[in-house]
Amino acid sequence: MSQTMQASPGRKSGARSAVPKKLVKHGYWWWSLPALAAILAIHYIATGVGFMYSFTDYEGIGEFNWVGFDNYAKILDDTEVTSSIGNTFFVAIFSFVLTNVIGLLLALALNRGLKSRYILRTLLFLPVILSTIAVSYIFRFIFYIEGPINSFLVAIGLQDLQRTWLADDKWSIWVILIVVVWQNIGFAMVIYLAGLATVPQELEEAAAIDGAGVWRRFTSVTVPMIQPAIAVSTTLSIIQGMKIFDQVIAMTGGGPFGATETLSTQIYHKTFEYMQYGYGSSISMVFTVVILIMALIQSWLTRDRSGVNK
Amino acid sequence: MFRYTKWTFLREISVWLYALIALSPLYILVNVALKGPEEVHGVPGYEPVKNPSLESFNLVIFGEKGPALFGGLLTSTIITTVAVTGLIFFGSVTSYILARRMNRLSKTAYYLVLTAIVVPAQLGLVPVYIGAKALGLLGTPWGMGIIYIGMLMPLSIMLYTGFIRTLPHEYEEAAYIDGSSRFRTFTRIVFPLLSPVTGTVAIMTGIIVWNDFFTPLIFMAGSDSPTLGLVIYNFVGGIVTEWNQVFAILIIAMLPMTVLYLIFQKKFIQGFSGGIKS
Repeated sequence: MSQTMQASPGRKSGARSAVPKKLVKHGYWWWSLPALAAILAIHYIATGVGFMYSFTDYEGIGEFNWVGFDNYAKILDDTEVTSSIGNTFFVAIFSFVLTNVIGLLLALALNRGLKSRYILRTLLFLPVILSTIAVSYIFRFIFYIEGPINSFLVAIGLQDLQRTWLADDKWSIWVILIVVVWQNIGFAMVIYLAGLATVPQELEEAAAIDGAGVWRRFTSVTVPMIQPAIAVSTTLSIIQGMKIFDQVIAMTGGGPFGATETLSTQIYHKTFEYMQYGYGSSISMVFTVVILIMALIQSWLTRDRSGVNK
Repeated sequence: MFRYTKWTFLREISVWLYALIALSPLYILVNVALKGPEEVHGVPGYEPVKNPSLESFNLVIFGEKGPALFGGLLTSTIITTVAVTGLIFFGSVTSYILARRMNRLSKTAYYLVLTAIVVPAQLGLVPVYIGAKALGLLGTPWGMGIIYIGMLMPLSIMLYTGFIRTLPHEYEEAAYIDGSSRFRTFTRIVFPLLSPVTGTVAIMTGIIVWNDFFTPLIFMAGSDSPTLGLVIYNFVGGIVTEWNQVFAILIIAMLPMTVLYLIFQKKFIQGFSGGIKS
């Protein structure tokens, strides 16, 4: 998202304005106080206090003791948490790749010449605006024991492939992945479409006349030109993938036997169901660090190597 | 020039095929919701309904669960309205100050706001919970709205500031020469000029708040006025095999946003992709 800021052009006028700039007063500084105070309280002070809690045994009521790094040591021995880290990475990385690849392919397919591109765009974007919890329940039915997937497998004679999908410790995480990807593809597609709209058709034609093939035109012309779109879409999809919560709560509750627990659901269970505020805060801290690392890796991987947008 | 060839046609057909498969869950949603109890079990969910009836909607709306469902709709509407109004009001005013008053303090404040977007909310959740409890904001729609205003303010400020920086100063200067007060200049001149980005802020934050499940689950646990998401969550636990009723609830819950989307689809999509117009 931060990339969008860098893209905004600077002040266009002012230098040649008729009135000396000092004379024009832009509101009163205290107009900004309520919002800045709220941001400071919710995003900074609360996060700082949360960090502090991660070194205590606070349980929400009464006194608490400082326990040093005990909570962090406990995470290492807590297989529920450590396996949830693996699941989080699994969903985040696969959804990141699938969402962006399919989203970009759809955008490329829609970008030029399709007669029904606007209606297709509207239809394919629809899942993005739907409530995740509602979508998760639809898919819970689809992958239900007597649900459409299993019925369909029987109908085409592949009854051996039937599974109790959401109660299967191997397949349940894949179902969660499908739901995440299903809902996020439309978003990636729209971002890439906006990026592709900035590529001048003449540039592609010029490259074609110079003898560049389809693949060469894509890698040498299109990809560098849509760098801002790539940055926005990949950043958002990796963060979305890391944070999945609703899908798990609605479809499996983290089961079977923790096979679909993610860091978000673990934080929820530990903090708000078992009231282990201190321990939950230390898992949140780990989560925060993991997200920041993933965001850094992602921005390094998708960095602008061409220099076109510099 | 571009010509419509048989390859373009093939491309068009392929995308339509993809769209049909991708949207099949929504077909199943409507199909099953229209089924009576005798068709729900033992019949594949994708098989078209033979005797379409609105019985499940009838049961859900006028049954014992009806009041909770419409209560949820009301709560979610209040929360979303409060949050979006606050994010537009405080977001636009604050961004105006941060973008137009170019001194060191406003720059520092702006970087503070941007950094807040990256920091995940989870770590601060417990302290915010304790703080909200102390202020009496827990469990009420108004309180939830206020919490969202704080949580999404960085997003609102980022969108507004980016836009204000591209606005020419001349209008404000003209207003100043004509003797307009600072307050009047903002409300009558600047704010109307911001309407495109106000639309983006309203759509983005409106969808986020309306569809959010995690925050209400924590901040509205045991509340008398749960959000739509919580109402769905509480329902489905109880009637998980009555899929036609579950789906009727889901349709009612998803209808307001879907209708708004279909009416304003261009604005919605522009709102989401508005960030990258470099």
